[in-house]
Amino acid sequence: MGKLRVPVTPYDHIKGPANAPVTLLEYGDYECPHCGAAHPIVNRVLEHFDSKLRFVFRHFPLTQVHLNAEAAAETAEFAGEHQLFWEMHDAIYENQDRLSPPLLFALARALGLSEVELRDALVNGRYAPKVKSDFFSGVRSGVNGTPAFFINGDQHMGTYAFDSLMPAIAQHLHARARV
Amino acid sequence: MSKVLPAGTVAPGFTLRVTPDQNLLLSDLASKPVALAFYPADWSPVCGDQMALYNEVLPEFHKHEAEVLGISADGAWRHQALAKSRRLHFPLLAGFRTRAVRDRSPRRDLLELPLADCRQSRRRWNPGCLGKNAETGGR
Repeated sequence: MGKLRVPVTPYDHIKGPANAPVTLLEYGDYECPHCGAAHPIVNRVLEHFDSKLRFVFRHFPLTQVHLNAEAAAETAEFAGEHQLFWEMHDAIYENQDRLSPPLLFALARALGLSEVELRDALVNGRYAPKVKSDFFSGVRSGVNGTPAFFINGDQHMGTYAFDSLMPAIAQHLHARARV
Repeated sequence: MSKVLPAGTVAPGFTLRVTPDQNLLLSDLASKPVALAFYPADWSPVCGDQMALYNEVLPEFHKHEAEVLGISADGAWRHQALAKSRRLHFPLLAGFRTRAVRDRSPRRDLLELPLADCRQSRRRWNPGCLGKNAETGGR
């Protein structure tokens, strides 16, 4: 079983309480259809565990296969700098079937972000180092496809179905409770 | 189960087709570390897609002045189609079942290993963008 080699830091995008006993971390690609399918399931899992679970998302774009994945990841980072990471993250996955550069700009506009600033950030690769660092942290942890999940640092070997993720998280929660 | 080769073991030399009209000699790359990635077949869901991951990590290999070579039993034309479709930026070598490779390999069983692994793992197919696999996970 794989272990998360690069621990969660404040530089990560974190949703949920800092003191949650369980952390679910996903390596994902905004153009990967399986990540798109996993997105509502992750939200359901987060709702199920409420304050006992926090969620971390790291980028793992397969840039040569998914031609919009890198720009999408950098756009999410751009939104993150304006404290709108999760809003952009959700918006991209919810519109994944029409993911394209114009869509990314439209989403930025809808969130009240500057399209000119986004364009400059993408052209200059302002967030490319962050996305790359996420990607290589995944490679070092043995991520070989997306979505890849880690629960409290242990790679989740099951599928991303609710019936697979939920019991795995519950198990970690119970293990914690017994200590 | 085959044993892992000890560090420093020298790979047997070979000449394999790299494009429909070019050959590659392993000795051409003798001055560099070379990662040989054996896989069973172009377009196979699990291991063929692994090539896409090596492709993404390629800058890291190049940073260390290392080369990556994919090797399978497919022909050069099929390799060309896969490389174009997946935008692969490293060579895929054809005809790994040729006598040249098999006869010179001190450990034929190792050459066979990726094939056996993939067959096994395909039984536990777990959909994901690179053929994420429940059984082999970190592979």
